[in-house]
Order: sequence, then structure tokens, then C-alpha cells
Amino acid sequence: MAGGGATGGSVQADTYREARTWLLLPAWLVLGILTLAPLTIMLVYSFLTKDFRGGVVWDFSLAAYDQFFFDRGLFGDDPPRIEWTYIGIFWRSIWQAGLATLLSLAVGFPTAYFIATRPERERALWVFLVTIPYWVNLLIRTVSMRFLLRNEGPLNDGLMAIGVISEPLAIVNTNLAVQLGLFYSYLPFMVLPIYAAVERYNFALSEAAADLYAPRWTVLRRILLPAVRPGIVAGCILVFVPSLGSFLAPDLLGGARNFMIGSLIEEQFKGNAGNWPFGAAASMILLTLVLILLMVLARQSRKGEA
Amino acid sequence: MAKSHDVRRYPGFMAITILCLVILYAPLLVVAVYSFNASPSITIWEGVSLRWYVDVFTGPESAKFREAAWNSFIIAITAATTATAIATLAATAVLRSGRFRLRTFSLGLISLPLMVPEIVTAVATLIFFNAIAIERGLLTILLAHIAFCIPFAYMPISARMQGIEASYEQAAMDLYATKRQAFTRILMPLMMPGIVSGFLLAFIISLDDFIITNFVKGAGVETLPTAIFGAVKQGIKPNIMAISTLLLLVSIVLVALSWLIGRRDQARGR
Repeated sequence: MAGGGATGGSVQADTYREARTWLLLPAWLVLGILTLAPLTIMLVYSFLTKDFRGGVVWDFSLAAYDQFFFDRGLFGDDPPRIEWTYIGIFWRSIWQAGLATLLSLAVGFPTAYFIATRPERERALWVFLVTIPYWVNLLIRTVSMRFLLRNEGPLNDGLMAIGVISEPLAIVNTNLAVQLGLFYSYLPFMVLPIYAAVERYNFALSEAAADLYAPRWTVLRRILLPAVRPGIVAGCILVFVPSLGSFLAPDLLGGARNFMIGSLIEEQFKGNAGNWPFGAAASMILLTLVLILLMVLARQSRKGEA
Repeated sequence: MAKSHDVRRYPGFMAITILCLVILYAPLLVVAVYSFNASPSITIWEGVSLRWYVDVFTGPESAKFREAAWNSFIIAITAATTATAIATLAATAVLRSGRFRLRTFSLGLISLPLMVPEIVTAVATLIFFNAIAIERGLLTILLAHIAFCIPFAYMPISARMQGIEASYEQAAMDLYATKRQAFTRILMPLMMPGIVSGFLLAFIISLDDFIITNFVKGAGVETLPTAIFGAVKQGIKPNIMAISTLLLLVSIVLVALSWLIGRRDQARGR
């Protein structure tokens, strides 16, 4: 479903061969002008000079990338050292997104497996139950999470009422809250590809292993997991990629100390303090990271088909 | 087969599935319940009341939210309709016009908005509108929404078209239907469930969008998500929870509709 890109499917007929160009023209135009061209212009902007009132001056400059990677001191004439601030923010984002992905995998795999082994009639309903929250406004879900987790929120109230804790747990504005928010935002992306892979899995393999006295968990580790690996890799990438560039979860659940790439980029375009070329450069770096990951995904899925 | 030998079952997996559903639904349920709280504080429960729903429609902030909701609705309807039309034509070319050189390129272009992180699309679109000097406002929001709605409309439409054999149109043309007639009288009616699901998904996606809208909207133009975000920045208030619950209902009704259409149709196909 979502995230994996439109799949080709097989060519079934050539009924509308003559009309092909006209049929595709609107899509080419709209996506060419509103998606491909903007990405190209963004690349150009990342090599321009910043204007002090937001926007750019049309002078070629490497300043944005230089600012991202190097620290040249206050007057720009010290010997360059590596600038760790922005690399650090990227690193923290990768780390946060990675932990959120692991959390999604830990919950998503058993869920996907459980759904795939239900009787066929029930499966669609289970999948539907898991996907409904995805279609609810992401902003509202994130706000709801904040409402639930905050110090005076229902979760802490409930836990204190039953005496599990005596002090409220400070979850909001921590890394954990961000990870929970990301997990909550993208969990269906983990469940769906794994579900699809387990559904295709031939359980005779598990039975054969069990007949040869392999314990249950050995069957899982040695037979099932390798067989459904493409689904797991796809799920991890589909959760990791949007988590990496997410803005709402870190902004609403993480607070100022748990800054991620999304907020760094957003800041460059808000108000007059922004630096457009720097924002464009940070976006290019993020896009490059993501495209590398998606190429890994494409190779995996080709392996899965073979 | 005896239960102890059932290699499909793993202890604990069902518990985790239930935990998973609890995590997914608990925050939404909690907000929905608290939206009926009579108290102006979001912490103290003072009994059931509809006052915040009344507040949403008549309170001091109601004009702002009404205008934002109207903007969101107009944008979502227009963007989803346009994206669905574009996606239907594109799917026909990709699946029903033989093999051609730009097929992979076209598919890549259609799925591009799914692959590029939202924040990057937002930055790129803002820069684009700045470079060609269009003033930011409703129109720029609409254009951006049309683009990212296309893949969401395309997915169910393409899936549906793959399930329709070309022989129906062939039969029509054997009976002297023109290609145009085969398309409008045979393929389109058969495609309807896919087109409706595609439209509904595109509509929800447009209604949901915050990040891209936040970048390309002009000053003073708000959609519901940007208005809610602005309000939440000043703290979660009970009227926000009422609006959220209403939006939640809209999304769930639309998704359920899309699902039921797909299912009824599948049942008929069997």
C-alpha cells in the first residue's frame, strides 16, 4: 500500500496505444512542474547566497554546504574544523528514527504474523483495524499522544491511581516521547509489508523443520525470518524514511532539546532569521540519504521476487 | 493437528497484537472522551457536556475555524478531483497502451511524491513558488496538494484496472464500439470502485496535510491543520479536542466507505 511507490503491474493490452501521450501528458506536466522542477530548483538554491530578509541572492556560493560541514571561526579565516552541530542533529535524527523503527518492528512483526495466520475471512478486518489510525490526521494523532502522555495526563493519572507509580513519569519532551510518536505515526508501514510476506510464506517449511525436531523459536529464527526478510527490510525502510524527516512528532512531543532534521529545515524558512540556501542544502542532504535507502529497498524487493 | 504441534502459533503474538491495537487507539479514544468534558480545564473531569462542541460552532474562535475548515474542504475536493482524473488517465496509459520507453519513467514520476520526504517536498515547492514569483495563498496550496495526491489516487485505480481483463473492451470494439466508447462505456464503469477509493484516499490525504501546506500557504491563509497547529502551540484546549474528534470521525467515515466499496466489489467479483 502506501509508501512503496506505484507498482507497474503487467501490461495487459495496447488498446489505447495511439492515445498514450495524451493520457500521460497531464501527469507528466503536473508532476514535472510541481515535483521534479521544484527539486531541481532547490538544488540550485542550495548553491546560492542567502538574502538577509529570507530568500536568496543569485550569486553562486558553496557557503550553505560549508556552514553545514565546517567551522571556520567567527571571522571565517581560522583553519576549518569539522562543524559537529548539524552533523549531530542529523545523527540524532538517524538514531531517533532507528529506535522508532526497532520499536515498530518489535510490535509490528508479531502483529503482522498474527494477522497473516488468522482465517482468511478475518484478515481484511484485522488489517483494516491496524490501518484506520494511519488515515486519521497526523497532527491530531500527535496532539492526542501529547495529551495522553503529559505529566497531568490520563496515562500518569491512571498509573498513579492504581499505585504503580507515585510521581508522574515525565515522558513528554524526552527522546522516548518522540520515538513513541514516530512509532505511532508510521506503524502500519511496518505491519503491511511483513503481513504480505508472511501471507505468501509456505508453512510446509515450518512443519518440515518441526518434524525434524526443531524447537518453535528455532523454526522462527532459522526458517521463517530468512523467508520473510524482504518484507521486514521493506517495513523498516518505510518506517525509517518518513521518521527521519518528520517534523510534527519531534516538534510537539520532543520539545526544544530534542531537535531533529525536520525542525532544523523548517527554521530556515520561517520569519526573517532563516537561511534559505542552508535549508535547501540540508534538504538535499536528507534527500540523498533517503534515496540511498530507497535504492537498497528496490534491490531487496527485486531479490524477493527472484 | 494437535495444538502442541501447530508450528504457526507463537505464544505472546496475540497479546502483542492486542497491545498494538491499544497503543493505536488509546490516544484517540482519550481525546474523544475528554472532548465531552464539562470543565474548561483539560485535566479535571467535571462530567459530560457538549459545551465544547457548541463552542466550536459559536464560540469566539469559531469564525477562524469555520474559514479554515472551508478552505480545507475546497482544497481537498478540488485537489482530489483533479488528481483522480490525472491518475485515471495515467493508469490507462501505463496498463493499457502496450510497452513503451517512458513507462518506467512515468511510474517513477507518479511515485516521486511518495519517495521524497514531506519536508523536502515542502521546501522545494516553497522555493519553486518563490522562484517563479507566484504570491502564496490558496492557489499555491491547491497546486501543491494536486501533486502529492496523484500517487494516492493512482494506487487503488491501478490495482483495480489490473483486475479488469482487456477482453471486455475488445468485445465492445468487436461490436463496432470506438475506442472512446470502449473507454467511457466499458472501462470507466468497471473502474468506478477504484476511482471512488482513489478519490477518497486523495481527499483524506489532502485534508490531513500539515507540513507542505504550512510552507506554501500565504500569511493569513489557514487550513484546518495549520489553524489547529497554531492553536495547539498555545496549549491544548478543550475546543481543540472537540474539533479533533470531529475530524477523526470524518476520516474514519471516509476510510470505512472506501474499504466497504472495495470489499463489496470484491465479493461481487468472486
